[in-house]
Amino acid sequence: MKKHNVLYGYSGWILRVDLTHGGVRKEPLDEDLAQRFIGGRGFVAKLLFDELPPGTDPFSAENLLIIATGPLSGHLLPSSGKTHFGTKSPATGGYADSNMGGHFGPALKYAGQDVLALSGRAAKPCYLLIDDQKVEIRMAEHLWGQGALSAEKQLKTELGEDFQILTIGPAGENRVRYACISHDFGRQAGRTGVGAVLGSKNIKAIAVRGSGSLPVPDVAEAFAAGKEAFRKVSEKPGFKAWTPEGTAGITNWCNEVGVFPTRNFQTSYAEHYTRINGKAVLERLKITDKGCYCCPTPCGKYGHTKTRLGEAYVEGPEYETIALFGGNCLLPNIEEVAYANYLCDELGIDTISAGAVISWAVECFEKGLIAESRIGRPIAFADLESVAYLLRKIAVRDGIGDLLAEGVKRAAQEVGQGSESFAIHVKGLEWTGYETRNAPAMMLAYMTADVGAHHSRAWVLGHDLAGAWTSVHDLISSGRGAAKQPPAVIKPECARYVIDSQHTRPLFDALGVCRLQYMELGFEEHHYETLFHRITGRKLSWEEMLGISERIWNLTRVISIREIPGFGRSWDYPPARFFSEPIPDGPNAGYFLSKEKLDQLLDWYYQARGWDANGIPTWDTLLRLGLPEATEAIGVR
Amino acid sequence: MYLKAIHQNCSGCGTCRLACSIANFNEVRPARALLTIEGRFPAPGDYRIHLCDQCGACAEACPEEAIEQVDGVYRVKPERCSSCMTCVDACPYGVMMALPGDETPSKCTLCGECAAICPREAIALMETREGAR
Repeated sequence: MKKHNVLYGYSGWILRVDLTHGGVRKEPLDEDLAQRFIGGRGFVAKLLFDELPPGTDPFSAENLLIIATGPLSGHLLPSSGKTHFGTKSPATGGYADSNMGGHFGPALKYAGQDVLALSGRAAKPCYLLIDDQKVEIRMAEHLWGQGALSAEKQLKTELGEDFQILTIGPAGENRVRYACISHDFGRQAGRTGVGAVLGSKNIKAIAVRGSGSLPVPDVAEAFAAGKEAFRKVSEKPGFKAWTPEGTAGITNWCNEVGVFPTRNFQTSYAEHYTRINGKAVLERLKITDKGCYCCPTPCGKYGHTKTRLGEAYVEGPEYETIALFGGNCLLPNIEEVAYANYLCDELGIDTISAGAVISWAVECFEKGLIAESRIGRPIAFADLESVAYLLRKIAVRDGIGDLLAEGVKRAAQEVGQGSESFAIHVKGLEWTGYETRNAPAMMLAYMTADVGAHHSRAWVLGHDLAGAWTSVHDLISSGRGAAKQPPAVIKPECARYVIDSQHTRPLFDALGVCRLQYMELGFEEHHYETLFHRITGRKLSWEEMLGISERIWNLTRVISIREIPGFGRSWDYPPARFFSEPIPDGPNAGYFLSKEKLDQLLDWYYQARGWDANGIPTWDTLLRLGLPEATEAIGVR
Repeated sequence: MYLKAIHQNCSGCGTCRLACSIANFNEVRPARALLTIEGRFPAPGDYRIHLCDQCGACAEACPEEAIEQVDGVYRVKPERCSSCMTCVDACPYGVMMALPGDETPSKCTLCGECAAICPREAIALMETREGAR
């Protein structure tokens, strides 16, 4: 291996595995890449831009799956367990990524690599073993067909408990367009179908064990900064409030202000929400808190559930799963939501997209747009049997499952008859757990999120709902009761809120750190400046980091422009339900945002971003952001 | 002082192990940690912390009398150690560590960094051994 300068914070290497030819190659992490793109999401975007052959089919051998850590991943600071996954999207055909907690990324770094780049396709089912310097592609025929949780247990038994393992379930093997990658019995890289891409490469699992150390300029100083960060974050008012219920704790609030997806986004308030909230998780399911690496405020609640369909150990449900299965599919209690969560985890399906697809299918069935003969049985809201039946069909693409495995956009295109108007997605990625017909900034956030309708890029509901919250205490287990909301105000600042959030939240995906302490607990940005300096030896102000995040944001847009013919403004709209049907009941009854208002929001947004009216970054913008390579790729002059 | 594991508070985050490796070996390298966390998944679905409570089983087992109690902490004297690793097998908690690349075993030095950093209060420092049980 070629020698190179130490890059503090990083492991310093990219591991490339060519699955077609079995080739394994390590190359030094380029210092310029680290400086311009930080890590994680930045590495994913840059490598896909540079190396993905334009026009690649997401399921072809030519597609790449990039797994990237950040410079802070694996170091001693609050919540340094994040890992980023990127590929060309099976859901949208454009840029895709998904972020995962747990322990995999730190282990990958201790094994000596910041990035794992997979290309090609194995001839037979295999798994990848990385044990420090040893890298092997091993046969996995005995694992193929197993559930994601079962396969992880099997590999832990075979290899040892100290391996950190990624697996896919049958859904990934069968290229369900929203199949996830699973880890640590309940963490997932859930979104955009990264599991389907891994499955298309015939890779069932990746197991990693690392015993190395990470370089820092001065161990004592980095240790002191890390300890100070743990001490300071524990003093934040939300520190003790967040953990008991984790993300499930916001279920009450989301109903009280009427943003809870219900009955396939027909409405935004579920009357039974106190039976599926964080308190229910705590009292009826939880065995233990389950934390990601170095996390002081674990969202993960590991528990046990019993339903008439069976019992299960499961991590969760977290808020998104509660919203999509408890609200959108109307499952009546937390036990049934947990069982649906377990089925998704074992089958290797994203709970968010699955909940959206199933609720769409039930609405189609109720409206007579999909016949019982095609489905194989009647299906209904509030019915665990319907959910379980469809999940199992989807995972193996059997019968109706083959249609639903395509995701709600493609399925609606096939079914037609107006079903497109209530296929709730943007760009082909199903919508997550916030209904936004009275929340213009959050609506814009969903419309413009680079991977499709995902809240992880910007969460700006606090700006939309006047006086809705000022601290984490307002969000968690509020218990104030639902109240009629005033109509939201549409103003140019909506675009600014979204853009700021789109730079801040994904920055954490580049650093390799969970954003929760910053976003939910208000842990101040100067801590991250200090930690970044002590760990990498490089001084970057928060504003400079946000500038890099903006560079990454524009690059992911450029990738989608390059990959999707005709990509632009027309890809940034929600389905017609959201601009033509008033919310029928609940705190936001009567509200919706007209198409004209959505266009106004987009105009403000594009203008503030320095993009043209079609949503294409201009020459000046790309040069201002230090992306000269991007101008040629999309032919802007 | 003695370390006490409060298993039900542990969420498996591993911060203790990272702090241990930094404090004892001056490396960001949890593979060298002198305590372990066992995640028991899917069932029963919980964590167990394995740490040294200074029980002295290692010293009792050592044929070279290379492990001595100093100020309440059992310490390995490398100059007397024959690397037989009898102590590693004797440790009831599996935390007398034969670390790769080392000739002599390593054990907890009761530096207390694991207890200090644990954000979950899952490791405590107790005055008496009885209190740590």
